[in-house]
Amino acid sequence: MLVLERVGKTYPNGVHALGGVTFTVDPGEIVAVIGGSGCGKSTLLRAISGLDPASEGAVMLDGERITAPHEKIGIIFQEPRLLPWLKVAGNVGFGLRRRSQPERAQRVASALNRVGLADKANVWPRELSGGQAQRVAIARALVPRPEVLLLDEPFSALDAFTRTDLQDHLLDLWADATPTLVLVTHDVDEAIVLANRVMVMCQRPGRLFDEIAVDLPRPRDRQSAAFDFVKRRVLTALDRSLDRAAGDAGEEPKAEAGAAMWW
Amino acid sequence: MSLVAMTVVAEGTSGRDSTGASPAATEQAAATSWSRKWAHLYWPVLGLILPVTAAVAWEIIVRFGWASGRLVPPPSVVFATFVDLAKTGDLQRDTLVTLGRVTAGFGFGVAAATVIGAAAGYSPLIRRLLDPTLQALRAIPSIAWVPLFILWLGIFEASKITLIAVGVFFPVYLGLMGAIQSVDRKLVEVGRAYRLTDVEMVYRILLPAVLPAYVISLRSGLGLGWMFVVAAEFMGASEGLGYLLIDGQQLGKPAEIVAAIVAFAIVGKASDWLVALAAAPFLRWEDVVRQN
Repeated sequence: MLVLERVGKTYPNGVHALGGVTFTVDPGEIVAVIGGSGCGKSTLLRAISGLDPASEGAVMLDGERITAPHEKIGIIFQEPRLLPWLKVAGNVGFGLRRRSQPERAQRVASALNRVGLADKANVWPRELSGGQAQRVAIARALVPRPEVLLLDEPFSALDAFTRTDLQDHLLDLWADATPTLVLVTHDVDEAIVLANRVMVMCQRPGRLFDEIAVDLPRPRDRQSAAFDFVKRRVLTALDRSLDRAAGDAGEEPKAEAGAAMWW
Repeated sequence: MSLVAMTVVAEGTSGRDSTGASPAATEQAAATSWSRKWAHLYWPVLGLILPVTAAVAWEIIVRFGWASGRLVPPPSVVFATFVDLAKTGDLQRDTLVTLGRVTAGFGFGVAAATVIGAAAGYSPLIRRLLDPTLQALRAIPSIAWVPLFILWLGIFEASKITLIAVGVFFPVYLGLMGAIQSVDRKLVEVGRAYRLTDVEMVYRILLPAVLPAYVISLRSGLGLGWMFVVAAEFMGASEGLGYLLIDGQQLGKPAEIVAAIVAFAIVGKASDWLVALAAAPFLRWEDVVRQN
């Protein structure tokens, strides 16, 4: 179980990016974190991953505090970030370097099969399309069989068709071992297609604004009325979270103006 | 040769220009694929047209007595001198001596530049400590060191090899330091996410990321090494290709000078090719053309 306890982040330069986020994610659950730009959603994900540990509060996975990258946690970035000097198979097996060669080869082959790129094993990353490269990145993250998989706007750089294709594909892959997924996105449709729960964040400092359960049966029809209903709820929450942020933003110039008069 | 190349080019373009019914289209496709197939053969030949024409023209001018060719020897004389020097074994000995000096200087220069460049690229502290001094030293024309090196190290091999090493050092140091600093932070983060140890991080991420720029800096360092070996051999050498140049000047034998220059060109190009060849297996991923 993934537990966030008042997770906060203040950068050394004094920027207070994240102000105490608390929630729990059950094993096998899919949670989407959504919010306007600068609401700290990526900061939150990086804190969970241990790449940029929280400066306040704690991230706990199965009772263990996460302060550095952990073998049970995988991450997929916005860009594929494949190592250009390794062929596709080498990239997929990157997280298995401590396993024996036969086991590694077997798991890489089955993972590539699973993402439909078995014929690309011996190809350099530069020869792949954007969608193929991101599928390789997904295979690379899934091959070590993480308990928790974090996704930081993983499909935002892709065209609309490839994006929906990969969303369905991700759900398909998730069903194999049902890892916990925490997905950061700014795409409301993507959040509702994938997640059991949508967390809406607001900014300055980033904190949880609303939490919306998505009780739609899978596979989800993006055109259905029920989907639309949930979407409207999420959009309303997002709107309100941005209003509050806009109010915050409106106050700041006034303070500056006051300071200028004082001088 | 060049005429053949030009007709091939002409055929290729006319084939591409022709439009019409399907037989013409297949003919055109055949013509383009044929000319594409030979493109890698005839494009280098185009580059030879100018030097070969100039050489042949000069040969004819001297043969017909329109110019004496005493100061600018025609190709046949240069070739004869080259063969003569090779027959006496002078050319081989001088080439080997020069090659030895460049190899030693290049080796020392690259070793020092790699250690210091890697340290300065990796650690900001070392960079702040060393880089200003090295940049100041770099501003000195390396030839200016010669009198000092001769005083310190004598007129024999040590001072020559040191001069070459100094010349090789700077491009390699700068290239490696810059390459390490500009390694994609996002790929380093992938290494962190997969919990690489420091050693693994170096040889699984940093080394392969740095290699392309490092090879380029090695090749420019080698080029400078060949430049500096001539300077080193100009002052007080009794053998070497640089000595051959001076000898040709003092005895008024321009053909010998040109023969030595040709030898420099051949050996220099061959050594550069060797470095590129040795690095090629590690850089294959760089050559891939993006298809999509």
